[in-house]
Amino acid sequence: MYTPYPENMMESIKKVEATRAERMSTEPRRLTADEKDALLKEFHPDYNPDAFAEIKVGPNKGQKAPLELAEMLHSTSRILNEDIDITKIDYDVDVLVIGGGGAGSSCAIEAHNAGANVMIVTKLRIGDANTMMAEGGIQAADKENDSPVQHYLDCFGGGHFAARPELVKRLVMEAPDAIKWLNELGVMFDKDADGRMVTTHGGGTSRKRMHACKDYSGAEIMRTVRDEVLNLGIPVVEFTSAVELLKDDKGQAAGAVLLNMETGDYSVARAKTVVIATGGAGRMHYQGFPTSNHYGATADGLVLGYRAGVPLLYQDSIQYHPTGVAHPVQIQGALVTEKVRSVGAQLVNAEGEAYIHPLETRDVNASGVIRECEEGRGVEAPSGQKGVWLDTPMIEILGGEGTIEKRIPAMFRMYMKYGIDMRKVPILIYPTLHYQNGGLEIDGEGFTKAIPNLLAAGEVAGGIHGRNRLMGNSLLDVIVFGRNAGKKAAAKAKEVELGSMNLDHVASYAEELKGASADTGEVSPKLLPKYARHER
Amino acid sequence: MENMVNVYFSGKRYSVPADLTIMTAMEYAGYTWKRGCGCRHGFCGACATVYRIKGKNELKTCLACQTQVEEGMYVASIPFFPTDKRTYEIEDIKPTQQIMMELYPEIYSCIGCNACTKACTQDLNVMQYIAYAQRGEFEKCAEESFDCIGCGCCTVRCPAGISHPHVGVLARRLTGKYIAPETEHLKNRVEEINKGEYDGLIEQIMQKPITEMQELYNTREIEK
Repeated sequence: MYTPYPENMMESIKKVEATRAERMSTEPRRLTADEKDALLKEFHPDYNPDAFAEIKVGPNKGQKAPLELAEMLHSTSRILNEDIDITKIDYDVDVLVIGGGGAGSSCAIEAHNAGANVMIVTKLRIGDANTMMAEGGIQAADKENDSPVQHYLDCFGGGHFAARPELVKRLVMEAPDAIKWLNELGVMFDKDADGRMVTTHGGGTSRKRMHACKDYSGAEIMRTVRDEVLNLGIPVVEFTSAVELLKDDKGQAAGAVLLNMETGDYSVARAKTVVIATGGAGRMHYQGFPTSNHYGATADGLVLGYRAGVPLLYQDSIQYHPTGVAHPVQIQGALVTEKVRSVGAQLVNAEGEAYIHPLETRDVNASGVIRECEEGRGVEAPSGQKGVWLDTPMIEILGGEGTIEKRIPAMFRMYMKYGIDMRKVPILIYPTLHYQNGGLEIDGEGFTKAIPNLLAAGEVAGGIHGRNRLMGNSLLDVIVFGRNAGKKAAAKAKEVELGSMNLDHVASYAEELKGASADTGEVSPKLLPKYARHER
Repeated sequence: MENMVNVYFSGKRYSVPADLTIMTAMEYAGYTWKRGCGCRHGFCGACATVYRIKGKNELKTCLACQTQVEEGMYVASIPFFPTDKRTYEIEDIKPTQQIMMELYPEIYSCIGCNACTKACTQDLNVMQYIAYAQRGEFEKCAEESFDCIGCGCCTVRCPAGISHPHVGVLARRLTGKYIAPETEHLKNRVEEINKGEYDGLIEQIMQKPITEMQELYNTREIEK
């Protein structure tokens, strides 16, 4: 017998196997709206009142934010007491893009193609971003039985009717063109012999509109747009963080102060328009959750923008992906793509029950996993982490032998490194911190609400997904809003005349913190998580 | 007491818990990564690493984030390696054998040692995909190289100086753009949108009150 797990886990698997045949012939019931609401209120981490603090200063004063984010907002700039000569300009460009992920890269390509002199600065390497790690796919309503209006309904409803209509409109109406653009850059989408896209469901979709590139969808997109950035000769300054925005005497954005991550030296970039595309915040580990995010996901853009006066939207709404790895411990928190469920795996508890429909929205499925574990129907891994099963052998039965290696090769490889063959045994999962639903508030054109020549695109922006994002709408968001920001930033740069630059907003923010007695004494943005263990 | 093992980072010994990865073991030892650490989940290739087990001859390559520590592991991170990416205009090139000859002529200097395949952290048949590229069989090259994450371990080991991941990217872009069949339904939908066929409908749904949207959402038909 094949026994890759300890005894208690193998015992539970017997129950999973015993119910498999019966489960395969029935689709678990979908929850009603009321049942979903009740489940969320009782088990979703966003409803944990102890995990949030009141913001004491700035445009969102009086609202709540996760404790760890509030701490960053209540910290001062790392350059407050640095003597930096901002009249000495190291880089002078039309468009400064902060962040080298999917949004930043597609933004830079479009700005360049619109004739702007554009530069990317990025904290790690270009492509070290959550885009690279997106596995399952990208949505677009491009099939005959689908329409952008149907996509709008799924997105708006899945986000609890909180998304900004003008943003959802852009997302869904420009989705097919985003796919076409990527395809024409050479992204290899899964297609059948006639060229039709192979599409599946994601949680909360009413049509099969999930386009994919196996389960390397984000990687395939990222490495293609990165290659294009390099082909176009767009300057990319790597291992360099923007640590503060620069403003001018007219209140416009004027560039950024940059920090060389390796040498610790500061430099100054001046720009007529600035695009914040710094991504997410998983490495803040809200509520102690592990994360599926990349190493640099520390909410930098939120801090930079907020200190310069840009309001946040839904900063208290966080996405926990229902299926993060619960075992083995070496990859705990890593993403197990939703596509595993799209191609047939059910969520099954310790007793072998398919206790929920596997393709409810992420917030609902995550709450379901937490409920099962809290109410004693979870399975305990050797690390002590509890989880429920994702019944992957179903995929091979449904799709035929070889389906797993063909459709989800990354997942297969990730588990095989630890001797777990998901074709034969189910895998244990628990929610992982995955996405910030909110972010810097932008208008329908992609500009931030407070500063006329400052834009935000990608995960750092808020309002596109309301209070819960659907699978496949983030890869879409980074491409649609990245491209849009590039075009808009290039056009805007032509009309901007910069005045004299200053960092007055940094000093006045520090004053405000002091006045509110909210100063933590720390500096922000965080830039990198503190993982190093020091004995003394 | 936890089960501990001895590992050597750049030759210096540290005792670390045996269930850590190389990446988390270095953090346990007190290091803070700047280079050599990206997604931490096996998708970005930032953490290319070489190691040797004390007393064994074989030099191994791996991703630090996906590899558990072992007793006697001598580890060196490869935070950067000078690969050679050539630039081109994707609109101007064509998927002919000629293009590889022009952009990556060094692939024809492959001596068939297979060190690239042995070094691959994704267990890809790297030498095979280079052979496909040599012959202008881009679709096969694209398929074989598809799971490449660009860690560059192949390139580090190549006596012919080939930058394999860049060859794979070129083959995939050629395949995605020129060789894979066109998608009629995508083209049609983009045209419909550009002609304004959805403008009225989208404005309508944007104006609907929340209660009506809730009703529409909760009763929408879901494709089987």
